Amino acid sequence: MIKDGLLVAQKVEQLNSEASNRLRVHSIETFGTHDGPGIRMVVFVQGCQFRCLYCANPDTMDVKGGHFLEIEELVERAIKQRSYFGKKGGVTVSGGEPLLQRSILKKLFNRLHEEGVNTVLDSNGRLIDQQAKDLLEVTDLLMLDVKHFNNEWHKKLTGLSNVNTFKVAEHRESTGKPMWLRYVLVPGWSDQEEHLHELGNHFKDYKTIERVEILPYHQLGVHKWEALGMEYKLKDVSPPDAQKVEKTASIFMSYFKDVRVN
Amino acid sequence: MLNLSREVLALREGDWNKRIDVRDFVTLNVTPYYGDASFLAGATERTKQLWQICIAAMKEERERNGCRAIDTETISGITSHGPGYINKELEVIMGLQTDELLKRAMKPFGGIRVVEGAVAEKGQQVTQRVKEIFDYTKDHNNAVFAAYDEEIRNYRSQGILTGLPDNYARGRIIGDYRRLALYGIDRLIEAKEEDKRLVDGEMTEHKIRLREEITDQIIALKDIRKMGSMYGLDLSRPAQNAREAVQWVYMAYLAAVKEQDGAAMSLGNVSSFLDVYIERDLAEGFITEEEAQEFIDQFVMKLRMVRHLRPEAYDEIFGGDPTWVTEAIGGQFADGRTKVTKTSFRFLQTLYNLGPSPEPNLTVLWSQDLPEGFKEFCAQVSIDTSSIQYENDDLMRLVRGSDDYGIACCVSYQELGKRIQFFGARVNLPKTLLMALNEGREENAGAKLLENIPSLEGEYLNYEEVMTNFKKSMVEVARVYSKTMNIIHYMHDKYYYEKAQLAFVDSDPGIDMAYGIAGISIIADSLSAIKYGKVKAIRNEKGLTVDFKVEGDYPKFGNDDERVDSIAREITKFFSEELAKHKCYKNAFSTLSLLTITSNVMYGKKTGATPDGRKAGEAFAPGANPMHGRDEHGAIASLNSVAKLDYRDAQDGISNTFSIVPKSLGSDREDQTDNLVGLLDAYFRLNGHHLNVNVLNRETLMDAYEHPENYPQLTIRVSGYAVNFIRLSKAHQLEVIARTFHERM
Ligand code: SF4
Repeated sequence: MIKDGLLVAQKVEQLNSEASNRLRVHSIETFGTHDGPGIRMVVFVQGCQFRCLYCANPDTMDVKGGHFLEIEELVERAIKQRSYFGKKGGVTVSGGEPLLQRSILKKLFNRLHEEGVNTVLDSNGRLIDQQAKDLLEVTDLLMLDVKHFNNEWHKKLTGLSNVNTFKVAEHRESTGKPMWLRYVLVPGWSDQEEHLHELGNHFKDYKTIERVEILPYHQLGVHKWEALGMEYKLKDVSPPDAQKVEKTASIFMSYFKDVRVN
Repeated sequence: MLNLSREVLALREGDWNKRIDVRDFVTLNVTPYYGDASFLAGATERTKQLWQICIAAMKEERERNGCRAIDTETISGITSHGPGYINKELEVIMGLQTDELLKRAMKPFGGIRVVEGAVAEKGQQVTQRVKEIFDYTKDHNNAVFAAYDEEIRNYRSQGILTGLPDNYARGRIIGDYRRLALYGIDRLIEAKEEDKRLVDGEMTEHKIRLREEITDQIIALKDIRKMGSMYGLDLSRPAQNAREAVQWVYMAYLAAVKEQDGAAMSLGNVSSFLDVYIERDLAEGFITEEEAQEFIDQFVMKLRMVRHLRPEAYDEIFGGDPTWVTEAIGGQFADGRTKVTKTSFRFLQTLYNLGPSPEPNLTVLWSQDLPEGFKEFCAQVSIDTSSIQYENDDLMRLVRGSDDYGIACCVSYQELGKRIQFFGARVNLPKTLLMALNEGREENAGAKLLENIPSLEGEYLNYEEVMTNFKKSMVEVARVYSKTMNIIHYMHDKYYYEKAQLAFVDSDPGIDMAYGIAGISIIADSLSAIKYGKVKAIRNEKGLTVDFKVEGDYPKFGNDDERVDSIAREITKFFSEELAKHKCYKNAFSTLSLLTITSNVMYGKKTGATPDGRKAGEAFAPGANPMHGRDEHGAIASLNSVAKLDYRDAQDGISNTFSIVPKSLGSDREDQTDNLVGLLDAYFRLNGHHLNVNVLNRETLMDAYEHPENYPQLTIRVSGYAVNFIRLSKAHQLEVIARTFHERM
């Protein structure tokens, strides 16, 4: 159901059935080169509670959409592509929001580890419970999407609070396992310098942050919003120009040693 | 600058001193290079000035409808034209096909009529004297048609067999042009004389022919010596330094392209051979790196200026004005050392010094064991210029057996100096399938070409029935194809023998008959649609299928789905084995390619709707590529499907074109290079045979489509080959843009 141009909030519990061996998947990209190190198979899972105004994959939001794939089927596909992964690559689970299917993903990641495949989780940090922690335990690299530092702006941009995202980061730091921060740069929405500095300050002492990636906002997903009967509210926002991207990068660089534009 | 008094430096001696054996020389004397590209030098002032002259001449060529000038009076041969220069003062490597840059010459022994047509298209006329010569002699074209039977003529006119070299020169043969530099003419003649003496005893047809061929080769060698002297070169002796080595090799190649205008005339595998001479001169302080690069730049410049006189229809089929001067670079020795030398780098460096270009067709022989520095440089050059293609050296060495080979035309292995190849164009397999569905009739005109193909009555196609008919049809097509090839090559030997090239090949070489298939992905998808979906045949009043309605989804080639990938493999194997059952002229070994070059657009135009849902007239996918837009799971799934085709069933080559925008390779330069290396390593580890890499922006192409004048050097690779984008027809340009770009969201 769509209200105010957006898909209404949905129950998500059924996505995380511990007994299940099937993942609700939106699509698979076999030559992922922008979602973690090296060449990766990227599994876009279905279902997300955020309603990011710029979402490039709005068709992944609906928790009832997509199709089911058996864990073993995914593992088999990964094995077929293993040659391409080389030393750095592997499998990335992105979305949608993968944490919604955390207990199933834990099984997937365990299986991938058995096959010697590296695992990356690309998450907005929506929730943190014991099962989420268990999944993070078998995640070689966490790519945490911080949508905004300021909670009011975060709500405006995504519809929900950023409190859990910071909790996920804090937990990751406590485990000592590596993470990257990813930041979508939307002119007029997430480019306020004071908030960029706040973000830098907050995370600057995190030892597990290996890299910060700036993802310049783009409109490549607009046609999907229309097809879904939802309203794309950022129609008039253009992608950031090179200067803006550079400015943002230079701010982040004063806090982090490896900052990249993706 | 030529220091002729200098003694030849000590080279390691071996078998090559006793008999003609370039491989032995290279193996013993080469210096493998394991470093990176940092030693390379830019173009010298001379080279830059010379290249500007060429660029201006090419502009004139384009303005004059693709042909700058024609010599309509002379039949081209090794010594037909006096020395030609771009600018004598600036040239360190000399030699042009005619007396003037980009002036095209007539080589009418393939077919005088085609030459007359090509000349007429440019508003000129072949001189009376030349026409009269052909009142008294025969050309290849006439001879072939004298022997063709009605069945062959029908298959040809209905487009089942296409692109046959029956009215133009067959090409594909690679002379081992290194021999001239290593041995000089006199020693080569001596060896040929000796070979001829050994052909004695009872005079069988084989021996008679051999004696005649060797005599022709000796005549060619003498002519080449004469051609050299026109440039003041003494080709009778071996080259004594690096500049001479380059010059000698080029002279041998030049003789070939003066005598022949074969569809594809590769250079071979000369870079690491030349490196032996260059390293020696560098070590002695005789030349600098700048000079070494200058030799290679100017050599490559000359190769870029090679032209043949072609009719417009030919350009339309092949796209642009290709010459396929293919040079194979890199690879490994059987003994585990790398064949990569600094001169392998220098050849690639020409793409920076002279800018990107489709010619010469630089082909990297990729091995898992290539030095990392070389792999990275290749990836970098690919990303910058899109002007390299890659082939699986590990696979070819293993299956074909030699580590000293070149690439004939676009993708085909050819052992240098030991084996040659008979080019076989290709069969249109989707049309063969349509005959199987139409009681043996061609789908457009309805002409009956096959007997005993039962009609398929049902509205919906039945897989078993279709397969039975299709296999029957393939058996017949293979039979006709084989006899056609035998006639063509018998006549080509007789009327347009490549004496200049074969002078640099062993006297009784092994031969591969290079058959080909177009449209394998359409076949796989069509059969998969019939097997896993439901396909309704829509027939016209004559009972011919005019369209197909595909109901339900079906597995498509290009998604790493075994259900359909296995069909592609099975059909390739079946057809390959059928061909091998027929005896070949000169006992050639039967091989098969899955390759279309650019002609996939033309094949599409002439082929009716197919059961995969492809509409009548729609382009085929190039080579062994999945059909446009049907590879839905991204690049790797697509590559995996093609890699599953078995090279042993298609030893003439399995061509795959991979287009990608730079951004999709990674977000920064380092990632892009790493990922491309990773991709090549993986594709070839999975036994993929060939990969063309196009790293391009869709925007660049759209802009080039609209403003061709701004992109004179924009190169794109199509299956097995690179072309200048602006020399493609508008239809080809659009086809290239529409082709799957592996863009990601
Ligand atoms: S978190 Fe990701 S998937 Fe969810 S709405 Fe935002 S951008 Fe879309």
